[in-house]
This record gives sequence, structure tokens and C-alpha cells, in this order.
Amino acid sequence: MMILKVSDLAVNYGAIKAVKGVSFEINEGEIVSLIGANGAGKTTILKTISGLLKPVEGTISYFGKDLKHKKASHIVAEGISHVPEGRHIFPGMSVKENLQLGAFLQKDRTQVKELFTEVYSQFPILRQREDQDAATLSGGEQQMLAIGRALMSKPKLLLLDEPSMGLAPIFINKIFEIIKAIKNRGTTVLLIEQNAKKALSIADRGYVLATGEIKMEGTGAQLLASPAVQKAYLGG
Amino acid sequence: MQTFFQQVINGLSLGSIYALLALGYTMVYGIIKLINFAHGDIYMLGAFWGYYVINVWHFNFIAALLSAMVICGLSGVIIEYFAYRPLRHSPRITALITAIGVSFFLENGMAYLFGSNARDFPQIVKQVNYNIGGVRISNIQIQILATACILMLLLQLIIRYTKMGRAMRAVSVDNDAAQLVGINPNLTISFTFALGSALAGAAGVMIGLYYNSIDPLMGMTPGIKAFVAAVVGGIGSVPGASLGGFLIGLLETLVQSVGLSAYKDAVVYVVLIVILLILPTGIFGKNVKEKV
Repeated sequence: MMILKVSDLAVNYGAIKAVKGVSFEINEGEIVSLIGANGAGKTTILKTISGLLKPVEGTISYFGKDLKHKKASHIVAEGISHVPEGRHIFPGMSVKENLQLGAFLQKDRTQVKELFTEVYSQFPILRQREDQDAATLSGGEQQMLAIGRALMSKPKLLLLDEPSMGLAPIFINKIFEIIKAIKNRGTTVLLIEQNAKKALSIADRGYVLATGEIKMEGTGAQLLASPAVQKAYLGG
Repeated sequence: MQTFFQQVINGLSLGSIYALLALGYTMVYGIIKLINFAHGDIYMLGAFWGYYVINVWHFNFIAALLSAMVICGLSGVIIEYFAYRPLRHSPRITALITAIGVSFFLENGMAYLFGSNARDFPQIVKQVNYNIGGVRISNIQIQILATACILMLLLQLIIRYTKMGRAMRAVSVDNDAAQLVGINPNLTISFTFALGSALAGAAGVMIGLYYNSIDPLMGMTPGIKAFVAAVVGGIGSVPGASLGGFLIGLLETLVQSVGLSAYKDAVVYVVLIVILLILPTGIFGKNVKEKV
């Protein structure tokens, strides 16, 4: 079942046409990966889906509903959660407060408690660091916190922007395992990565983006095997 | 030594007024990076509201205080909605100039409607002086100090432990990330204005009671001094604003007590200059590096 359909999306970033008529779709339970070089428009697409940016053209339909005119805070309520590039945890607040903010829209206290248990069981390190200032966590831990915070809103669709960026290799593998685990628990994932090889190896399907347009699409394995992708993104 | 303690008591009373005002400056600055120069005029509105309800409706102190907080909170929200919100994405200087405009509007609007003469604030609390070891302290001073401390404590609790308080902190540190967890920034900013303006309203009623005299321009000087207090404490920092307020109040009173009354305002501005030179982020200010 298709949960998100992006059609002919065009977004400007100031005077720059960052995204020029992009269309793609995401089915329930999939990991879909958007790969492409810096400046290809990947982050812009995610920000537009989550409502931080407004498109100039095109539609974003989520379970058949148009998201284009909704505010970011409403889009979270609809079940789309966005883990931004660079993690953007709230510094000066404890790990626990960061997670509580992730559950900002959950009205039911017992539900919030359950979500805490779930996120803590997935990321035991966060429980250990519960009362610590989030800014004192390592990069990998901050990424886990950012993902944990996004999961606190009980998303149906999780948008991940460069989750492996700037992390030590050991954490990179861990983050990709976490993404697979999230999928196995039934959450659909849209993953943006510069680490194309890793991203495509866990993705069900992928799209290759360059200069604001989609150049190729296919299953993760197809794209991994494609000579063009290998040449451009996987170092031959 | 007795005189010194006497001045400390006087300074703390005055300082608690500045502290309440400084909190509004610092919270608004923290969340939208605007120095709300109309803040002192909200305090004036609070004093006039207190004057009106005590004279006309015979409110007691608590009722006058609470109703002034509600009215001023609402005024803050309305001002933000009509004057500042349309400029959210404009350069900061535009909003700053607008704040000065709002300040003039409130001052002159009140002068036009109610006259610019100073009027006597009704004395609902009968002044009783206590003598403790030669230091004279009035029940009004105690009331001001206690009320200010209770309000500051409540504010701290709201910011620390409530959902809206967490939302305020989240929007202050990272507006985009706050939206991504489902926080509505506009609502949160309105809430911040409501809180800050309510505190200013409380300060207005209390200063009326303390100084007995109110007029439409009464907010100018205390407004600027409270702004200095917020800068001294570290603009954006809530504990800093409280501390800065008390420090400025003490300083002003002590300067007066050594016979330099004529310079009491000048000294406060000298402090501002010195702080900006040697400790530009204030006592509790964070040294935020600009991201490139």
C-alpha cells in the first residue's frame, strides 16, 4: 500500500531552484533511499515533506491526503517524523527532556510511558544517560537520541536525513542496524544518505537524485549493481 | 552598618520590580531575539489597570494584582500578534524599531486617553513599619519581595516542568527542531509574551503601591533599567534576569544613599557599558558561536 506519493515536486531555496519536478513514492513497510551528491536536493525534499519548506509546485499526498498546506506541527501529528541532518537535539536539556519533547503531541500519559520503555529498550545507552545534558553525548549517541526522539511521536513514516554523517565507523554500522530494526517493527523509512553503498544495501528501493531531478530508480540491489551508480557514487 | 542594611532592604524591594520586568525582556529575547522595548509600557498598563480596578471596583491587592497580570498578559499577546508576528521573517532591526513604535503608541495613547499628569495610586495596603535591629522594613516591602519571589519561583517551575515550558525552551534553542516534534512555534511565542507581560503587570501594580504615583511615561526608565538588568544577567537567561534585577536595584539604592541621587540613572548605564565591554554575554550568558 502506498503511503506517500510525491508528484512533480518543485521547491526553491531562496533564488535557487533546489528541486525541479521530482516524483517518487513510498509503500508501507519499505525502506526507500534517496541518494545523490551534496546539493542534489535531498534535504530540501525531506524538509518539504515535513512542512519546514513550502513547495512552489507539485503535490505531496500522504494516505491520499494533501500535505502541502499543512504546518510542520500538524504533519508530525499525522504520523510523519523527521530526523534532521546534523541531529538537532535540544542542547541544555536532559536526554529525558529531549525524549519527552519527542512525545509532545501524545496526550495519554501511559502511552508516553510505554514509548519511553520502547525507546529505552531499543537504545539502552539513552536510559543510562537519562539525566545528562544532551549536548554532552557523543555524536553517535546524539544520533540515537535524535532517532529516539522521532520515534516518541509514534511515526508511521520516519524521514532520516544523513544519519551516519560524521560518525565513527562502528557507529555507522550500528545506525544502519537500527534502521533495519525500525523497519522490522513496522515503521516505513525514507532514508537520505551520502553513504550510498550502505544505504542501498538496506533499502528496498532507491532513487538517484542529481541537480534537483531524479536520474534513476530501482530496487536497492539493482541500483547497487548499476554501472552508472557505481561510477558516480560508489567509487567505481 | 544599619544604614547599609536599610539600603539593602530598599534595594531588594526595588530590585524585585526590576527583576520581574527583566524576566520579560529575557524570555522574549530568548525566543525571538527581539528586545521588546514596549515591555516597560506593559508595566505602565498594569499600574493603570491596578489604579482603575482598586478605585472603581474596590479590588483588594491580590485581586488587583492577578487581574493586572491577566490583562497585561493579554495585551502582550495582542501586541505580539499584530506588531511583531508579521515581521517574524524581517531583519531584526525592523522588529526592534517596531517595538519602539509600539512603546510610543502605548505611552502617548494612554496620555491621550487619561491625561499625562501623574496620579496618586490608591493605598489599599495600610503601611506598617517594622523595626528589626534598627532596620526599618515596611509591610509593603515585604509584600513586594514575597510576591516577586513567589512569581519567580512559579515561572521557574513552569519553564522547568510543564509542557509549555519545555516547548518554550525548545523553540528558543532550535525553532526547526521544535516544529519537527510537533510544537507550534507561534503558540509558544504567544505563551512567552503572555508570561513575560503578566510579570510586568504584577510589577506595575506593586510599584504603584510602593511609590504611590503613576503616569503614562512611568515605564520608560524602569523599562530601560530592567533591560540593563537582563543584559547584566546574560540576556536569554532566566536566573540571570532575576539576579540582574536585584543587582541593579541594590546598586541604584546604594548610589542614592551615598548622596549621589542625581547620578543614580547614570550609574546604571555605566554598568551597562562596563558589562558590555568586559563581559558581553552577562553573568549567566552563554557564549554562542555563530554557525557558518
